[in-house]
Amino acid sequence: MAHAYTPGLRVSEKTVIRKERRLPIKGEVVVAKGDRVTSDSVVARTHLPGNVQLVNVASKLGLPPEDLPSVMQKKDGDPIEKGEALAITQGFFGFFKSKVPSPCEGTVESISTVTGQVILREPPSPIEIDAYIDGEIVEILPEEGVVVEATGSFIQGIFGVGGEKTGEIAVAVDGPGQPLDESLITEAHKGKIIVGGSHVTWGGLQKAMEVGAAGIVVGGFDDPDLKRLLGKDLGVAITGHEDLATALILTEGFGEMAMAHGTFDLLKSREGRKASINGATQIRAGVIRPEIVIPLEGGAVDVHEGEGSTTGLEIGSLIRAIREPHFGSLGKVTDLPNELQKMESESMVRVLMVEFEDGEQALLPRANVEMIEE
Amino acid sequence: MSENGKINAIVATDCGSTTTKAILIKLVDGEYRLIVRGEAPTTVEAPFEDVTRGVLNAIREVEELSGHEILDGEEVIHPNDGMRGVDLYLSTSSAGGGLQMMVAGVVKSMTAESAERAALGAGSIVMDVLASNDGRLPHEQIERIRHLRPDMILLSGGIDGGTITHVVELGQIISAADPKARLGAGYNLPVIYAGNKDAREEVVKLLENKTSLYQVDNLRPVLERENLGPARDKIHDLFMEHVMAQAPGYSKLMGWTDAPIMPTPGAVGSMIEAIANRHDIEVLGVDIGGATTDVFSVFQKTFNRTVSANLGMSYSISNVLAEAGIDNVMRWVPFKLPELAVRNRIKNKMIRPTTVPQALDDLKMEQAIAREALRLAFEQHKNFAVSLKGVQQERTISEAFSQSASGETLVNMMDLDLLVGSGGVLSHAPRRQQAAMMLIDGFLPEGITRLAVDSIFMMPQLGVLAEVHERSATEVFEKDCLIHLGTLVAPVGTGQEGKPCIKFETTLPDGTVVNEDIPFGEMKVYPLGIDETVSVKVTPARGFDAGAGPGKPFESTLSGGVVGLIVDTRGRPFNLPTDESERVRRLDKWAAAFDAYPSA
Repeated sequence: MAHAYTPGLRVSEKTVIRKERRLPIKGEVVVAKGDRVTSDSVVARTHLPGNVQLVNVASKLGLPPEDLPSVMQKKDGDPIEKGEALAITQGFFGFFKSKVPSPCEGTVESISTVTGQVILREPPSPIEIDAYIDGEIVEILPEEGVVVEATGSFIQGIFGVGGEKTGEIAVAVDGPGQPLDESLITEAHKGKIIVGGSHVTWGGLQKAMEVGAAGIVVGGFDDPDLKRLLGKDLGVAITGHEDLATALILTEGFGEMAMAHGTFDLLKSREGRKASINGATQIRAGVIRPEIVIPLEGGAVDVHEGEGSTTGLEIGSLIRAIREPHFGSLGKVTDLPNELQKMESESMVRVLMVEFEDGEQALLPRANVEMIEE
Repeated sequence: MSENGKINAIVATDCGSTTTKAILIKLVDGEYRLIVRGEAPTTVEAPFEDVTRGVLNAIREVEELSGHEILDGEEVIHPNDGMRGVDLYLSTSSAGGGLQMMVAGVVKSMTAESAERAALGAGSIVMDVLASNDGRLPHEQIERIRHLRPDMILLSGGIDGGTITHVVELGQIISAADPKARLGAGYNLPVIYAGNKDAREEVVKLLENKTSLYQVDNLRPVLERENLGPARDKIHDLFMEHVMAQAPGYSKLMGWTDAPIMPTPGAVGSMIEAIANRHDIEVLGVDIGGATTDVFSVFQKTFNRTVSANLGMSYSISNVLAEAGIDNVMRWVPFKLPELAVRNRIKNKMIRPTTVPQALDDLKMEQAIAREALRLAFEQHKNFAVSLKGVQQERTISEAFSQSASGETLVNMMDLDLLVGSGGVLSHAPRRQQAAMMLIDGFLPEGITRLAVDSIFMMPQLGVLAEVHERSATEVFEKDCLIHLGTLVAPVGTGQEGKPCIKFETTLPDGTVVNEDIPFGEMKVYPLGIDETVSVKVTPARGFDAGAGPGKPFESTLSGGVVGLIVDTRGRPFNLPTDESERVRRLDKWAAAFDAYPSA
């Protein structure tokens, strides 16, 4: 049989984190290899080509397209101001001239004698990208961007909304099983990344947004609240472009689910430190999970982990059930039988035997567990 | 090929977005048969970024399961010699998002629609359709092209000798957008021009420096006729040359295969078309996947394919809920579950798409969602599979009164002969009865219809095989791929539960005589095996039509299957009671008639 593995989400106390920061089109890189940068340092900038406007000059003047060159006041490549004449007719003995003004500032891109259209391009708009994390520039991608490297803690969530944010970690709950509601959020959380426990209530989320928190990291969230937040039912898990002041990252899933101890303890140990988070999620080919990056100053790296883990399940592996009827329960693998087994649904699947934290034993489909990397 | 030119062993792979599947076909006692199937995770993404890793793993599983040696290191051994090597290696692919296209035409319901049909038929996902009359301003169309970054663009427009201006305008829009290809920064985006031949010169001037421009015959040379073949073939060529060649590991894979790699849905489509042609029947096929649902049909000898890009059972499961609405999903669930729990459950499947239903209730829930995904995908298909629009027709007085017009759907469920389902939720349903029920509820066939499922989803591999060696593809398809579920008799009409609907008379192969008045609102299943047929007499009550016309009796010979002979008197159009307990009672009654689930 092919090697079956169930990769878990990464939770690393200390690792090397590399982030590629790339412009959407070619431009200028403004930092050098070896530079130290902070999350808000601009690393590259460029100009996006302006919008295009099509003006049907021939039809506006009531001329056949082939007569266009005789009335055009501008030629290909000429700059033009808004309101400036693009074309003027001769009129009768210099009278009754008709004029077509330019609807925008820009340049003339093309004049067509087939369609009678003139294409104008508006001025380019500048865009910049920042470093996103505090770290060092370790690679320059000529004309395209950079790679920023930092040593620090790295945690992947399962789902998130909202784009890149930075702020200090502030733990608002006593333990991973406590829900985060409005009573736990204060003005002091402005600009912070609030860590909750099992769940964030709608009231809690609203309060966090009101006080201007940068983000929330929590175990679970209810789908009807997500619908309220986005103003629509989310159909496909491709997120990150929402215009939200407060990003939200779930570490476990939908519903009320205690945050994994390892994740909670790590976040707690980093309280007060600056973190960069990104809620962007894409569950499709080319999976992107939301992330929390907490750079730590200097120091050698204890563990260097590759992208993703391919460790197989073994007897003794720590797992979490990720589907009913044991959703969210943690346990240890006690057996990995080879034969397919029949579930209550009568599906024949490869299974594992697990002993949950409360001592209960159960047979679970291997597809329904997630490894927790220790 | 082996030294004597005979094909004795074939291996074929299908690289899906999550799994790569391999099948081994061999000539056994003069017949081509499926020997084994293997699978492995697809390896297009990091950390592997080489599709051939997954292909080798899947073929290795085939080797282990069959004992037939196929690989020598990383090479497919040619030719076959006993238990070593194969004579043909073929592959299809939908990995990396498959083939994504934009199409453009002058009139949205005419040339643009023909262009869309050509692209879909070639196996592509159509990201957007640009038309001169699509209601968007040029700058909005330009923005859209830039934003979407398709793999290629198909530009059509104008019948031969028709409009030039509008076609050139579309060319200007594409040129102004200066589109970049989705994969690989270093090459120009392929654009296929298949429009008015008189506009070619202008289109070349506009696009030849900014794109890789190809010209083929007009896909709508006259209003009355489409000519989609040349555009479709060009799409396949460019898919290989441009798109596949850019995807990680594909250039290596292309060197291994004995025929060009086909886009997966294109291969399934050609298989469906081949069945319809061979048996001269009307066929409807569906492939319900994790992210997308494809529907294929051949009605009145016209092939159509649609892709519902965001209807599926894992990645897109939440979108089924969003599009169908929670009430439509829950109407198929025979128990109560609070809305909050349903919503959270579906979202959790979306974010962890590879999990499987362990509990029976969970399975019923997934199958309820599948019914809605099938229904919605089929709705989209019916709206797309239409006769050519814009065609002038001579009409008789009666036709004018019946409001028949060009652009009507070709899909006629009463004429449908065969409904084939494939995709995990149908092919891997723990009991075949469940697959039959999902197909019936999702598509609501009318009259007499045979039902089948693709046993292990090997239509893609057989589709590409049919292109090079039709006999082996046909034999394996008939014997190992299709699993006949049985034949459905479903009268059209509505009534009250318990009132007369049809009289059903037959003698089953075991000698049992059936002479039943089946009232409205029932599901009946009679045992009739895969290779068995019986002669039946169907007498519909007044107001019901089972195929011969309202109230008209008829006799017919019907085939069996793993489920049997199914009579569905629940009515067409089909309605479920709004009363909660009554609805649950009926769902339970129908499931019991099928013996669809283990009893609690």
